[in-house]
Amino acid sequence: MLHIPIVRKGESYRSVDVARVPHFRTRETFVEISQANAGLIRRDLLDQETGRRALEAFTTDQLIAMSREAAGYFMTATLPVGDEMQSPEDYVAQLSATTGMPHVLVRKNMNKISGVMAEMASVLAGLTRGLDTAILDRGYGTHDGHAVSFYPRTSSLGVILPSNSPGVHSLWIPSIAMKIPLVLKPGSAEPWSPYRIAQALIKAGVPAEAFSYYPTDHGGSGAILQNCGRGMFFGDSASVGKYANDSRIELHGTGYSKVVIGEDLIDDWEKYLDVLVASITENGGRSCINASGVWVPRHGREIAAALAKRFTEIVPRDVTDEQALLAPFANPEIAKRISAIVDSGLREGGATDVSGELRGSRVVTLNDATYLLPTVVHCESPDHPLANREFLFPFASVVEVDQRELPERLGPTLVVTALTEDPRLIEKLIASPLVDRLNIGPIPTMKIAWDQPHEGNLFEHLYARRAFQRVAQAGA
Amino acid sequence: MTAIPQADRKNWKEALDAHVREMVAWHFSPETGSPFWLDFASKLDWDPRREVKTYEDLDRFGSFEDEWLRGGPVRRWVPKGMADQPVYVFETGGSTGIPKSRISIEDFRIDYEHFSGTLPDEYFPKGADWLMLGPSGPRRLRLAVEHLAQHRGGISFCVDLDPRWVIKLIKMGEMQMMEKYKAHVIDQALTILRAHDSVKCIFATPKLLEALCEKISLKKAGITGVFCGGTEMTPQFHRFAREELMEGAYFAPTYGNTLMGLATHKPFDPADNYAIIYYPPMPRAILEVVDPDNPTRIVDYGETGRVRLTTLTREFFMPRFLERDEAERERPCETYPWDGVRNVRPFSRFATSVVEGVY
Repeated sequence: MLHIPIVRKGESYRSVDVARVPHFRTRETFVEISQANAGLIRRDLLDQETGRRALEAFTTDQLIAMSREAAGYFMTATLPVGDEMQSPEDYVAQLSATTGMPHVLVRKNMNKISGVMAEMASVLAGLTRGLDTAILDRGYGTHDGHAVSFYPRTSSLGVILPSNSPGVHSLWIPSIAMKIPLVLKPGSAEPWSPYRIAQALIKAGVPAEAFSYYPTDHGGSGAILQNCGRGMFFGDSASVGKYANDSRIELHGTGYSKVVIGEDLIDDWEKYLDVLVASITENGGRSCINASGVWVPRHGREIAAALAKRFTEIVPRDVTDEQALLAPFANPEIAKRISAIVDSGLREGGATDVSGELRGSRVVTLNDATYLLPTVVHCESPDHPLANREFLFPFASVVEVDQRELPERLGPTLVVTALTEDPRLIEKLIASPLVDRLNIGPIPTMKIAWDQPHEGNLFEHLYARRAFQRVAQAGA
Repeated sequence: MTAIPQADRKNWKEALDAHVREMVAWHFSPETGSPFWLDFASKLDWDPRREVKTYEDLDRFGSFEDEWLRGGPVRRWVPKGMADQPVYVFETGGSTGIPKSRISIEDFRIDYEHFSGTLPDEYFPKGADWLMLGPSGPRRLRLAVEHLAQHRGGISFCVDLDPRWVIKLIKMGEMQMMEKYKAHVIDQALTILRAHDSVKCIFATPKLLEALCEKISLKKAGITGVFCGGTEMTPQFHRFAREELMEGAYFAPTYGNTLMGLATHKPFDPADNYAIIYYPPMPRAILEVVDPDNPTRIVDYGETGRVRLTTLTREFFMPRFLERDEAERERPCETYPWDGVRNVRPFSRFATSVVEGVY
């Protein structure tokens, strides 16, 4: 049986307690994962300086070069996974086995992850606004004619990871180039990506002491977030809400991403159908940057009907099928529960499952795997309970709303793609604290520029700027 | 009867049956029984004193309901035969609602004196002082550990710890405040250890033991024996404690509660892969693992089930009580030739409602 160990500052540790993760189709145990007890994590985190010192031995440019090299290893090398070796094909098949994600989508996510590693120099430049990397190494210098000095706010970054999509791992990788060691808690069904990313970076020369990897329970996750100076927490709104007042932790909850079409362009909505479909369905609809809402001033029913028609083309396929776009649910009960929540919302009245009129049951099975078919709901009002919901499958509500009520009625939204040229609406969106990422024009919500911050700027999360003045040294 | 002497343990079943008859005779005699059980018996159409001959016959009482222990009058549990003696009341639970109460007169002393016999003197030196790093207030544990220390010729230093407040903090989502409270408890322990180098032995709950060891080295603090219990212990915690916290100190994990007394652990054997195996203090208490859907069926060895407790002391008669724990049924071993329980943990069907806190 394949076994994934705990990693304690680079050292593998096999726990007495293991979690057994099943294959999404057979439900038989596919991998055993060592589980860390919270006390072990807290004890390890008493020393966070070892990893930090190991990274400080390198320049930022050296770490960027290692990251670039690791991008290649991640894509092509055979790397350790526990006591066994893992080829890239193994990684794709293993990740798919425990999450149900089609191989083609896993490969797309691999490209995304390796892209960030390969482009680490420009990612860092984006996050630091073009800071000379020598300033990061020295801690001070001159930038655009001004004296600047930065200091690390923490000796490690604790990250509580999800299982929904490997693309999110791109967000924490730059921490290594910023010389901040990582303390990773993998998602219960997706132990693969963080482990492989770390192995690729280690093979490229990053000190192993900079990586700790703790599969664990809620108590262990809490130990990581409590004891690392800075954290990132991916989870649903209820889980991350507990840390809403803790500024040390960057929260990545439900995205509620949306496409908004303005009064000025709404009569041309058909032109944007591809952007809408891509925003809702890419990556199996599993990302926080997938749109879960299309907010329009009118033509809502027609837009919903057109989307529903396009969605009928997306059908369950085997995970190895290159055309596969839908991911089955590793636990069929979750699919049924999600579908029941949608039905419960529909029973409130004021909303119609437009897809249902075309495709029958929302829950289907293929080869013993359970899927939720893409679903578009038309909501007559933004107050409807389904108007602002997000689920782990391609789901969107088309909501009719008076443009004058935007962006306030949107609520907190991770990505807004605004299809408008109306300067007043654009100004309001730019000024809104409710909007985290803003695309103006026909850019799918899924399209990410990695030199842009995502739910906070990782550099600013890990480093603070201090006032700095220095008398010129004699002879200088 | 107190504990069954080692030499007589082969005949433990005969001893248990004799003890059952003696306890039933005591608790159902109008002269010595408690008002609760005398009232209970008055509603039966059979006479326990005549018809209960063996341990198995206790099935006739059905399951003991934990609701019977909530609320008063608590004196209904005091056997008439002991009514003139000083009575303690100990509580269990109670972070919300009415806690379960159990009266006690001498049981906590007797239980811990028996347990004392299982502690190696080399690591728990006679005359050494103790630190009781566990809950205070209306808990049996504080007085019991204090008595253990006194029984072994030492003195027990204690901390203030209100576990009900900790559980409230967790339920309120006040995790940082909970951490501060835990730090406050550990600060008290550190102060005691710094001021009194006579302390060589500790009682600690698993979480407080971890927290203490994050602050000090047990070895440097002169601690040679650790008695650990009060909440669930996983095999991984057991390994972690032995490998990384003890630094040569003896680790004695226990399973106990206000209603039972104290079950001792099977001596450490690497072949058990850090499973924590407990044996009940026969014949004063019996632990069994039963089918949760049919609690009269004892599961096979190695099978998982719900823990069922029967307590049979002169102070307290509690047949067939279903604990809020599950475990695997364990085979007898040389030291304890009766059934044990392996890896006790909260009953999984109640798992969502159990909040364990720092203690």
